[in-house]
Amino acid sequence: MSSTLDFSDIAVDGITLDTRCHDMPTLVVPPEKLFALCEQLKQASKYKFNFLSDIGGVDFLTRTPRFEVVYHLFSIELNHRIRLKCPLVEGASIPSVCRIWSCADWHEREAFDMFGIVFSDHPNLKRIYMADDFKGFPLRKDFPVRGYRDDLNPFGEPPPEGDES
Amino acid sequence: MTAVTQLNADDGLTKDLLLNLGPQHPSTHGVLRILLEMEGERIIKADPIIGYLHRAFEKMAEASTYTQTIPLTDRLDYLCQASNNLGFVRAVEHLLGIKVPERAQYIRVLMAELSRISGHLLITGALPMDLGAMTALLYTMREREMVMDLMEMVSGSRMMSSYCRIGGVREDLPEGFTERTTEFCQIFSKRISDYEQLLSNNRMFAKRTKGIGIISAEDAIDWGLSGPCLRASGVDWDIRRDKPYEIYDKLDFDVIVSHNGDCYDRWWCRMEEMKQSLSMVEQCLKQMPEGRFQVDAPEIAFPSDKAEVKKSMEALIHQFKLAAHGIDVPKGEWYEAIEAPKGELGYYIISDGSEKPVRVKVRAPSFVNLQAMQPMCKNCYLADLIAIVGSLDPVMAEVDK
Repeated sequence: MSSTLDFSDIAVDGITLDTRCHDMPTLVVPPEKLFALCEQLKQASKYKFNFLSDIGGVDFLTRTPRFEVVYHLFSIELNHRIRLKCPLVEGASIPSVCRIWSCADWHEREAFDMFGIVFSDHPNLKRIYMADDFKGFPLRKDFPVRGYRDDLNPFGEPPPEGDES
Repeated sequence: MTAVTQLNADDGLTKDLLLNLGPQHPSTHGVLRILLEMEGERIIKADPIIGYLHRAFEKMAEASTYTQTIPLTDRLDYLCQASNNLGFVRAVEHLLGIKVPERAQYIRVLMAELSRISGHLLITGALPMDLGAMTALLYTMREREMVMDLMEMVSGSRMMSSYCRIGGVREDLPEGFTERTTEFCQIFSKRISDYEQLLSNNRMFAKRTKGIGIISAEDAIDWGLSGPCLRASGVDWDIRRDKPYEIYDKLDFDVIVSHNGDCYDRWWCRMEEMKQSLSMVEQCLKQMPEGRFQVDAPEIAFPSDKAEVKKSMEALIHQFKLAAHGIDVPKGEWYEAIEAPKGELGYYIISDGSEKPVRVKVRAPSFVNLQAMQPMCKNCYLADLIAIVGSLDPVMAEVDK
């Protein structure tokens, strides 16, 4: 695989290499360093990660920090991939990468819709799949698979305490 | 809607206007709603609104065992189920660290290419139909029916075949399949030239698609386009060639690239890809070795002899254990990308060592491709929007997951 890539010059200052991933090189990066790192990975002639494959949120309910935003990047020219993981505590926000890759727009809206992860500087951060008045974030681990009970969903879980709807 | 009511009587109707297209509109290929800011008949801004078909595939996958998720993947891009199955089982197989027998790999590629033909047939016919050329769709659906028959022969189901299994495929190819497929290849190769005669030199079709919805190579990459949509803009990238999976490295095929990046080129790329797929199907049939159709590992693969399950208690327990409990997949994570008919289809799976995944993230090519209609639509006419959406080939079930 792309083990020929050397990340020793960028895996410094809080950015670490995750050696447990065997499919592609993986960097763990704190949210405040994410934007600069992405720009570097896209511009530097050694990497040229011009294609953003995917952005996805992950919820590890019992872990601290609870969330993780995972970026999969690809370089069409050099044919290699990299994964960036950005651990995030509940309530924290993460910079949007829309200005680097335009297609990040919908990916970030999806992560916001499903996990409630807030991307700062996003041009249009609103729900993408669920209705605008939907309550809760469906892909969080504490959201029941069958949803909450209401008129349209008689088999759902009872709504949480203090919720009138 | 406010924009319309704010108009004065003497403003005329060439003023700014907010138009709602869909969600129930035949040319949006499903339930896609587009909110259009228009100036007369020109589009200033298009805002696609999706989610009408959202069924939380990723949430359901977290609540199901790995084997139970395979039929769910069929329902993502329901025109090309075999590719969806393939991407998912490959990611799980990587986590399990198993290698699938060669015959099974050939069967999977054969099915994936057949389903690519079926998916491309629909859109190469549906795009002209959206633009008023009804005939082409009737012809392509006729040939697609033959592919559906082959699918039914193999799996018992025309569309939701769920044929891949972790460690191989469900069962071996049935008797007579090779002959039927060879027959299909012979008939189909002649009929592709019929469509070309119908459409390639059709002046009306060319006028409606050439030079419409142009996107440059840089923009296409920036907007994350993949598959035929990206190759139509002149980017020479195909995962089947650049990072071959299964047995694609043993097949001889060309990657179809075009340079104009307009609706016509996207349509043309799919047309040419069908020819390549047809040749790959023929090569698979020729090269396919004898052997097992699934791995020889009882903790992963279901009993190969289905009749045995009805007679032997051990086989029944084996079947029941795998169906009821599932497969324990070692802790780890894997991102597997394959070249689906619509583009890069990626599955990112995180496993905690149990029989259910912690997270399954799908990189759905239609979802990303559809987003790119926003830059394409700028300053084009409303009628061209239909051509643009059609040429991007979004399957709304995959967009909405």
